[in-house]
Amino acid sequence: MPDILHLHHIAKTYAGGGQALADVSFTLAQGEMAFLTGHSGAGKSTLLKLIALIERPTRGQLFVNGKNTAGLRRRHIPFYRQHIGIIFQNYNLLNDRTVFDNVALPLIIRGVGRGDVGRRVRAALDTVGLLGKEQQAPMTLSGGEQQRVGIARAIVNKPRLILADEPTGNLDPQLSAEIMNLFGRFNELGVSLLIASHDIDLIQRLGCRTLQLEQGTLNSPQETD
Amino acid sequence: MAQADRASATPGFQPLVWSQRHAQEALSSLGRLVRRPLASLLTGLVIGITLALPASLQALLKNLQVVGYSWEKSFTASVFLKDDTSEAQGRELAEQFGKLAGTDGQYYVSREEALSEFRSLSGFAEALELLEDNPLPAVIVVWIHPSLDKQQVRELLSQLRDSALVDQVKMDSLWLERLQALMAFGSRATLILSLLLSLAVILIIGNTIRLDIQSRREEIVVMKLVGATDAFVRRPFLYTGFWYGFWGGLLAIVCVQIALLALGEPVQRLAGLYDSSYTLQGLGALNSLLLLFASVGMGWLGSLLTVAQHLQEIEPR
Repeated sequence: MPDILHLHHIAKTYAGGGQALADVSFTLAQGEMAFLTGHSGAGKSTLLKLIALIERPTRGQLFVNGKNTAGLRRRHIPFYRQHIGIIFQNYNLLNDRTVFDNVALPLIIRGVGRGDVGRRVRAALDTVGLLGKEQQAPMTLSGGEQQRVGIARAIVNKPRLILADEPTGNLDPQLSAEIMNLFGRFNELGVSLLIASHDIDLIQRLGCRTLQLEQGTLNSPQETD
Repeated sequence: MAQADRASATPGFQPLVWSQRHAQEALSSLGRLVRRPLASLLTGLVIGITLALPASLQALLKNLQVVGYSWEKSFTASVFLKDDTSEAQGRELAEQFGKLAGTDGQYYVSREEALSEFRSLSGFAEALELLEDNPLPAVIVVWIHPSLDKQQVRELLSQLRDSALVDQVKMDSLWLERLQALMAFGSRATLILSLLLSLAVILIIGNTIRLDIQSRREEIVVMKLVGATDAFVRRPFLYTGFWYGFWGGLLAIVCVQIALLALGEPVQRLAGLYDSSYTLQGLGALNSLLLLFASVGMGWLGSLLTVAQHLQEIEPR
């Protein structure tokens, strides 16, 4: 099986001249969970945006599941994203819709039938421990719960790769630990995860591989024990 | 992951699911409009009034045409016969003329009848006494069917002229031509106005949709982030345009009917002065339906144009 993610000398320079990534290469194996750390502005978000095809690299190549993403045209990108779960620091929920509708969105986009949608949304909400809050508005939930709605939305399509950009950035340590445990459980089920975070303590406790970004380059990967 | 898995992981086209989604989308777009009743009402009214103007003009024009045709009933040609034509010949010719295609009746006026009529109407009775001969020719008055166009009328007149007994044929068609020209002008003006105002409606709806897109910018970004295609993002806006068109069309029909109702009474009074019992014709079911369809089409088109222009600009950053 090809690696889920392979970055080959990726560089990203913005139109204004600012260089976000200078030269980044790494591989994420199938079923691997890794953290992306670094100071703010080190390029963590840029890297995740490149993988989600929100941005395109200036140089270098990005392989996802063995496929070079350079060949993907604009109209193919939605289908590509349907196979990746993306989790955001600010949750990015639709506040005028219920929790159920938020989680159902990826399924509806893919044209899943109504019966299946209900079953799979409930399964995803059950996984994140929010069953019973389906009909609530996201704004009535706590930050930790909102992030779990975001996670349920990311996993409802059963992606093999999950990208998370500072998923615990707005949460207190206890909630952060809960979210990280959730990620650990997904990983046990064979999902690959790349999580950008600066919560060093938490990362070290989980004992996963850490990729440290510094000024647009990757420090030699430190394997924690 | 992307291309290889796409075929297997994306469910194929399922008509039932597809139509369910569309029905749901249509209803939720309607729901969004209903939740902002004042704004929706105002937009609908603007569209309705804009469409009501050309539609009312069209309805009035149609009424004028009906009136015009009823006047044309009295539209005649006078065929003057040569003096040496006998009364029997004249009456026979009149019979023949009455059978020609495009005529709608005839009557014969002999020289004597013409003279007595002239005498009683003109006040030249004494002067006529001085004349030895009757100076007036016999006349066949032929009614011309109002459905004939100009060319057909011309052909009919030349047919009448063909007979050896006929001296000349006269017809006062000027007033009719004026009416027809005026009507053609009215039609053309209404057409131009309709086109311009339809364009206005498309722009109004386009602009409303543009504001709608802007206010839902974040939502669109989130949808694109979780893999929404352009078609998926476009759909609710197209349905919104559809509903605006539908709603505006309904209001336009109501406006036109109210306007015609308001004009009905004075028109009847006017018609009464001309000894007519003419009543104003409404828009009619067919035309109302056409107006509604056109309005819905404009709504859809307006939103399609806007969406094509603006949705691509909104991408996750």
